[in-house]
Amino acid sequence: MSFINYSSREINCKLVYYGPGLCGKTTNLQYIYNKTRPEAKGKMISLATETERTLFFDFLPLSLGEIRGFKTRFHLYTVPGQVFYDASRKLILKGVDGVCFVADSQDARYDANIESLENLRINLQEQGYDLDKLPYVMQYNKRDLPNAMSIEELSAALNPTRVPEFEAIAPNGQGVFDTLKALAKQVLAELRKGT
Amino acid sequence: MNPLNPQLVMYEEEQKQIQAIAERLHQDSRARTILLIDKNGQLVAAAGDSAALDTTSLSSLVAGNVAATGGIAQLLREDEFTAQFHEGKGMSIHMSLVGRRIILVVLFDKNTTQGLVRLRVKKAQDELVPIFEALAKKVPTQSAPFAEITDQDIDNLFND
Repeated sequence: MSFINYSSREINCKLVYYGPGLCGKTTNLQYIYNKTRPEAKGKMISLATETERTLFFDFLPLSLGEIRGFKTRFHLYTVPGQVFYDASRKLILKGVDGVCFVADSQDARYDANIESLENLRINLQEQGYDLDKLPYVMQYNKRDLPNAMSIEELSAALNPTRVPEFEAIAPNGQGVFDTLKALAKQVLAELRKGT
Repeated sequence: MNPLNPQLVMYEEEQKQIQAIAERLHQDSRARTILLIDKNGQLVAAAGDSAALDTTSLSSLVAGNVAATGGIAQLLREDEFTAQFHEGKGMSIHMSLVGRRIILVVLFDKNTTQGLVRLRVKKAQDELVPIFEALAKKVPTQSAPFAEITDQDIDNLFND
């Protein structure tokens, strides 16, 4: 959960990018990192294997400015997407304030998307969260690939609750900040409600 | 509010008490740096030589490390490993849990010993636990800063 510090007038929130292996979670963070002004970002940390697959998590701290005199910070995390890293995924979800599910639009990854989304729901439940009550956005990534499924099909399968959804091509940034902004807004709106 | 993972709120009064304990631990243990980190990876307090450190990255990695160790403990049916120690050539790091929510990190060099660090950490833990317990139960006395924010305030954050 978010950490509110009245003493240093700071608020810190944790956002997690979730999704199947190779869907582009790390690419989302890399794009955000590359396009954010230096004073607004910290170091990006990637705990990855030698072949650049996420092993534990990627971490990117962003400082967005002030709201009502409180410095607003977002800590962005990705989980390892590969199925067998489930124990690590559970750990990353601890204390989450908002989730972005990054779906791989390619038809060959349809089952992987479904499985990962189901896994997200179960892992959240284990931590005492309900995905339907959390700030949550959906991103359909890899829209430029020839075997990408239609948005209607993806939306029907992956987004039955109609949370905000975005089309993305993460390497060139399309949809990346729109997704982040939508999630951050939901998290802040939730703070307004909850406190 | 999630009962398994309640929101951490820090107030001026408790921050001062915690800071004082961290400063004292820094002196008594002759360590380089003391960090108090929330298990979710947020820095709560720092004492000593922290200006040259990337405390944000450190906090996130320490929390990840402690979370992974906690995961190992669960698999071994151990409640929790309450402390861990990494020894380097120049610098060493001692991490221990304060209650169930906070990680106390001591960075130290040849200027002190692991034995002294552990001894002083124990004392600081005993002082810190009741403060964080009281903090968790504290009912907010100040009006929440976010109750009054508008959509415009939120939009303004992204206008650059």
